Amino acid sequence: MPVLAQTVLSCSLLPMVTDQGIQHSSDPLIQLIGVHKWYGDFHALKDIHLNVSEGERIVVCGPSGSGKSTLIRCINRLEQHQQGRIIVNKIELDDNLKHLEHIRREVGMVFQQFNLFPHLTVLDNLCLAPTSVRKISRALAEQQAMHYLEKVQIPDQAQKYPGQLSSGQQQRVAIARSLCMNPQIMLFDEPTSALDPEMIKEVLDVMIQLAQEGMTMIVVTHEMGFARTVADRVVFLDKGEVVEENTPDAFFGHPKSERTKLFLGQIL
Amino acid sequence: MTTVSKNRSVLRSANVAWNWLRVNLLASPIQIILSMGALYVLYLIVSFVLRWAVLDAHWSGDSRQDCDGFGACWVFVKVRLPQFLYGFYPEAQRWRVNVALLVCSVTLLPLFARSLVRRLAWGLLAVSCYAAAAFVLLHGGIFDLPPVETHLWGGLMLTLVVSGVGILGSLPVGILLALGRRSDLPVIQALSVAFIEVVRGVPLVTLLFMASTMLPFFLPEGASPDKLIRALIGITLFAGANMAEVVRGGLQAIPKGQFEASAALGLGYWKTMGFVVLPQALRVVIPGILNTFISLLKDTTLVLIIGLFDLLGMVQAAATDPRWLGFALEGYVFAGLVFWVLCFSMSRVSMALERKLRFAKS
Repeated sequence: MPVLAQTVLSCSLLPMVTDQGIQHSSDPLIQLIGVHKWYGDFHALKDIHLNVSEGERIVVCGPSGSGKSTLIRCINRLEQHQQGRIIVNKIELDDNLKHLEHIRREVGMVFQQFNLFPHLTVLDNLCLAPTSVRKISRALAEQQAMHYLEKVQIPDQAQKYPGQLSSGQQQRVAIARSLCMNPQIMLFDEPTSALDPEMIKEVLDVMIQLAQEGMTMIVVTHEMGFARTVADRVVFLDKGEVVEENTPDAFFGHPKSERTKLFLGQIL
Repeated sequence: MTTVSKNRSVLRSANVAWNWLRVNLLASPIQIILSMGALYVLYLIVSFVLRWAVLDAHWSGDSRQDCDGFGACWVFVKVRLPQFLYGFYPEAQRWRVNVALLVCSVTLLPLFARSLVRRLAWGLLAVSCYAAAAFVLLHGGIFDLPPVETHLWGGLMLTLVVSGVGILGSLPVGILLALGRRSDLPVIQALSVAFIEVVRGVPLVTLLFMASTMLPFFLPEGASPDKLIRALIGITLFAGANMAEVVRGGLQAIPKGQFEASAALGLGYWKTMGFVVLPQALRVVIPGILNTFISLLKDTTLVLIIGLFDLLGMVQAAATDPRWLGFALEGYVFAGLVFWVLCFSMSRVSMALERKLRFAKS
């Protein structure tokens, strides 16, 4: 049936179907090979295989408890995988602290709860990591911080404290804070789930702009509109395993698995 | 405001006062009786204390003959004041104590700098300067200052030295122990827990006693560290162990997301602690920290056990003077007042610090 042919076709065409015709190098930027994770007896991630090339935008979706957050948190070792290999930017993620240091500099993360530092102003929030980790001067860090604040369209909030900002503004500051480290990869863990509905758009606009500029992104989200607009691939996770992986058109238009259809029926 | 509206507002406030009285003190017959009774008792106490301490008290003179009759004999306190303040410090050298106190007050100013790191850096510098300057001044031996042995130090000066060192030392010790207790490294965690539990489980008196009598047995023959040093070490470690638990409470109050965001940005353990976690954790437990400091100030009176005479010790010694028998109460009241002023000042500082460090909450 065309379904099988379509799967084969989309898989083989995948490397070429990216915006602006970016040719991916033969080595993917992120590789997850046979990754398993247990929380005690609970098998949270089962045999995950995922390759992300440079400039690709991946949206990970699935029902709650399916392991989406666990998956991306394993990539910067906020969670530790017990089996399998994770390779980021040609560095393997293991117990070596030096490797971890290098990886965390190149991987930025945006959290559902923003996690801004409440005792620092917005500007200090943005300058902390560049000055103390990348060791650049305070003046340069401030310049960079203002540049990114302008990019997320809140340059006038630089001297405010996070507690004085709306949730949408806080999340945009969080995005700017990660960008100040100039990472190669951005991970988003349900960035709009804790936002008031009227603020979701402003954050999504920032993320869309980032995507259009060629940032490699893995986004865990329920915003299917975003997935359709921006994603190169949608990965559907259920009960810890990758059930389906496809381009947005194929994923939403012709879902293959029953579980995918059930999930899509619930959220669309 | 016109006369009419002024009168109106006066009447309004009188009304408010009368309403408050009616509601809170005079609501029912039983309340009226109780209020009257309480007011009467209050009147008795206050009038008695006022008469004893102020109205009938003896302020001038220089011997017990000047203290006849009922009132408090503040002459005793006045005559013995230099000893209460300086202990046995030679009179000619007392200016050094005053200068040392001035140096300390000045070096505390950096605490009001803007950023926490800057404050810590300056604070560290200030503390080292203070320690050095104070020691040089008080002990002497260099710069042509005649040495004054530590067994001559006493009175309020000794109280301030012991509690000052204890306060400055206990915070870093406490922070390190708290971090050690939360550490993932088993050896460090075990050592921290052991230290905290052993030191906290033993009364300070015991610790001081052991430090003063048993320490010489553990050290090589002849090495006998100064009594004051032993007391300082004992008090600092004791307060540090208590502080560790206070700080640990603060660390537990920090949401996990802060650690995660910091780690995701690439900040290592010490940078996370120094820039993100500890500033928030310490802010949260300022009441607990200042409480430990206040307890420490009062615990310094225990150095009497090892033969050092702090303020209370000097008062007790003065009370046994045959020339002033019978006036011990005035001495103790004076000591109590001084301690109260010191502790109350610390608690006001605590509240000012909390207000200043409160950042805008969502």
